[in-house]
Amino acid sequence: MHELALSSAIVNTAAKHADGRRVTVVFLRVGRLRQVVPDTLEFYFEFVARDSVCEGARLEQEVIPATLRCLPCERTWPIDIPAFRCPFCGGSEVEIATGDEFEVESIELQSADEQEEAECIAQR
Amino acid sequence: MHRTKVTIVEEALDANNTIAAANRADFDRHDVTVVNFMSAPGAGKTALLEAGLVDLPGVRAGVLEGDVHGAYDADRLAARHIPVIQLNTDQGFGGECHLDANMVRSAIPSVPLHEIDLLIVENVGNLVCPAEFRIGEDARVMVCSVTEGEDKPLKYPLMFRACELVVVNKIDLLPHLDFDLDLLLYNIDQVNPNAERLVVSARSGEGIDAWREWLVQLAGRRAAALV
Repeated sequence: MHELALSSAIVNTAAKHADGRRVTVVFLRVGRLRQVVPDTLEFYFEFVARDSVCEGARLEQEVIPATLRCLPCERTWPIDIPAFRCPFCGGSEVEIATGDEFEVESIELQSADEQEEAECIAQR
Repeated sequence: MHRTKVTIVEEALDANNTIAAANRADFDRHDVTVVNFMSAPGAGKTALLEAGLVDLPGVRAGVLEGDVHGAYDADRLAARHIPVIQLNTDQGFGGECHLDANMVRSAIPSVPLHEIDLLIVENVGNLVCPAEFRIGEDARVMVCSVTEGEDKPLKYPLMFRACELVVVNKIDLLPHLDFDLDLLLYNIDQVNPNAERLVVSARSGEGIDAWREWLVQLAGRRAAALV
């Protein structure tokens, strides 16, 4: 259910970089460990984007698998369940190598032609 | 004309983190240690504050009470003469399910920062959303009660990993439950091996001295860092 608040953060981040232009696609990188449900995020995104430069934009989500790294033994391994001890040495000095991401990677903006056309239609 | 792709690579929660840093600066200016206190609804956060915050040796504690609606918890703490500020997330009925940095920022002017050393921010009861939002805290602490089931760390790893202390509450109920405390502690260790753990009952008082001692030490950590 945090997807609603996260959607607002995505729209705000995209809008900040859109320079007033219409956003057509938002490319998002989401780590598995962020406990985000992609369909739910998409649903809220569409809702939150209304009346912003992201209205009607597509949300492209790249899900990043979770991998951990053990600092003492320098090994890296993937995880599918939340087990954060090193399976090799049993140690707890483990860091998240990937899977913690929640970042707007890029946005696609409407071309000047499309923008003009849209403004024309709006004026009519 | 083609559509333009603009590369951003920005943490989507950056805006929240920037405000959290501003909160942090305000707390630092007043030498106030801040705890972001989280749990599922009904785990006993308020009961642990009632039992833990009265007359802490050498530490003046206050509470910023976050709730979707109402001042029920704030009234309970005020009755114990604990300074408390209510922060509601609702606008009418149904509000945000967590506190974020901006909500805390809006409440800071009401908090008597110059009269306290330790501020506990009691978050909205929820095991998912509060873990995402930093508020400018020194430490994140969660309560997990034995009526919730041993599997909670595995179901809500984001929350359990975010915290440096897990307080296991309501152990006075253990004789009446089919609850495996060792399994819960094992699961916490699987998800967050570096988390400290306290096993307590706010109702019977068992383990509450250790909880109070932990808070005093935390407030001392800041004092030690300043020397």
